[in-house]
Amino acid sequence: MQIKLNNLVKTYKAGRNVPEVHAVNDISLNIPSNGIFGIIGKSGAGKSTLVRLISLLETPDSGSVYYDNERVDNLTGKNLIERRRRLGMIFQNFNLFTSRTAGENIAYPLEICKTPKNEIESRVTELLDLVDLADRKNAPISTLSGGQKQRIAIARALANKPDILFCDEATSALDPQTTQSILSLIRKIQAQMNLTVVMITHQMEVVRDACSLVAVVNNGQVVEQGTVNEIFLSPKSPVTKDFLANLAPQTESSENKNGIVRWSEDGGKYTLRFTNTLTDEPVLSKMAQKFKIEFNIRAGGIQKLPESKVGTLLTDITGEKAEVEKALAYLKSEGVLVTEDK
Amino acid sequence: MDAHKIFMLVSQATLQTFEMVIFSTLFSLLLGLPLGILLCISDPQSGIKPRPVLYQVLTRIVNVLRSFPFIILMIILFPLSRILVGTSIGTKATIVPLSIAAAPFVARVIETALKEVDPGVVQAARSMGSTTMQIICKVLLPESLPSLIDGITLTIINLIGYSAMAGAIGGGGLGDLAIRYGYQRFRPLIMAIAVIVILIIVELIQMIGTKLSHSVSAKR
Repeated sequence: MQIKLNNLVKTYKAGRNVPEVHAVNDISLNIPSNGIFGIIGKSGAGKSTLVRLISLLETPDSGSVYYDNERVDNLTGKNLIERRRRLGMIFQNFNLFTSRTAGENIAYPLEICKTPKNEIESRVTELLDLVDLADRKNAPISTLSGGQKQRIAIARALANKPDILFCDEATSALDPQTTQSILSLIRKIQAQMNLTVVMITHQMEVVRDACSLVAVVNNGQVVEQGTVNEIFLSPKSPVTKDFLANLAPQTESSENKNGIVRWSEDGGKYTLRFTNTLTDEPVLSKMAQKFKIEFNIRAGGIQKLPESKVGTLLTDITGEKAEVEKALAYLKSEGVLVTEDK
Repeated sequence: MDAHKIFMLVSQATLQTFEMVIFSTLFSLLLGLPLGILLCISDPQSGIKPRPVLYQVLTRIVNVLRSFPFIILMIILFPLSRILVGTSIGTKATIVPLSIAAAPFVARVIETALKEVDPGVVQAARSMGSTTMQIICKVLLPESLPSLIDGITLTIINLIGYSAMAGAIGGGGLGDLAIRYGYQRFRPLIMAIAVIVILIIVELIQMIGTKLSHSVSAKR
């Protein structure tokens, strides 16, 4: 299902002590079918209002929303309810029904469509399997962990076989590991069901790890859009640059631990660690000038701690054995921690 | 007056109190529940079907009814009692003003309980294509069940208090007994017994209500 937004505008009127807010100020977007589209913005950027407009929870002041070629923002009454039943949505706070067990939560969207009982039963089992929680069918919601709650919410959102899945800050309340597992679940489901997924987030990590296309929203407008690759390689707007600057290091693979980025898998015999003020010193170039050696940086990174910085470099230092040893001794004398990889 | 007579008096009065409280609780719920639901969903700020005018009108009616002293309300409602139960005096006739006095209280209690339901959960239900009726019956009421039980317990206990005033129109019951025998005829023993029985009933109802509401919450 392709989504098209034309010049959407939504303004919240000024109230007592509240100034007028142009939450969405002329946004036009094309969200292609069958993919994961990210909408990133800081809090207050208008992305929540935008998703409420696209998901038909609110109507725009002006502009239009099309699903494929059908206009949907002006649907009312029965048509609106029918259309909403074919949309899935998950939220930051999961929004599960505490009066229902995990399985009954998944059954809810089926119940409201008057699905026959035995059909509900088999569909719930199927969905619990899909999200790997078959054993928690009768669990009260309060006994589930955050990740399990979001899995149940995903199962509930998919119950009526929607053509679009909206994720409104769906991983913002989860720790990094759980975020990864939820994102990979969403990717898996997207591919399996040919869903169009719209992911609203303020985390660049989420865009990096899940989306193929992204739009950056600021002050109610789209300031930049393109493929995730383009945005990462050449960010144009200050907001995007800011997002990239504060990007948390990738945590997926083992060698990326500790914020170290590797260019290649080979080499890196010596691990050099710099602490505090030393991270500002040109120790390595001084070493290269003083001794007859050559060095090659294989990987490196700097971590900011609350009161200091720690720099880590994986290097190869080559040359005559005696010179290398003198160079290493020099590094140690300058306060660099050197460990040799055997 | 012998013990047997006292026992007969007290047990008859207890039954009358039960009759008044049970029926007026039922009728006040019948009136107050829909009113409370309407107040919740029509709220211009937080309701799922904001209707500012309807909300204002209902709020005014509820406030006016709640500010009437019960004893006055009873007298004003004489004609209505006559139409509904054929008489304006006696235990049955008292049920009418009791129900009407408690209904706006019930409405507020229900409104407050329903408004405690997490707006995010209601939004989720809406985003899935629930009708207003489905949100009320399948989300708002079940999600707020523990608060609803607490509210109904509160209503019953309030009604026990109100029913004591029913003596003014010959309604009978324990409060009436305490005033007529204990105060007007100088029989402090009967007054003491009546008060103790009321105390026990209130205590029991509070206990049952709290237990019920806890056991519902504990399963969640």
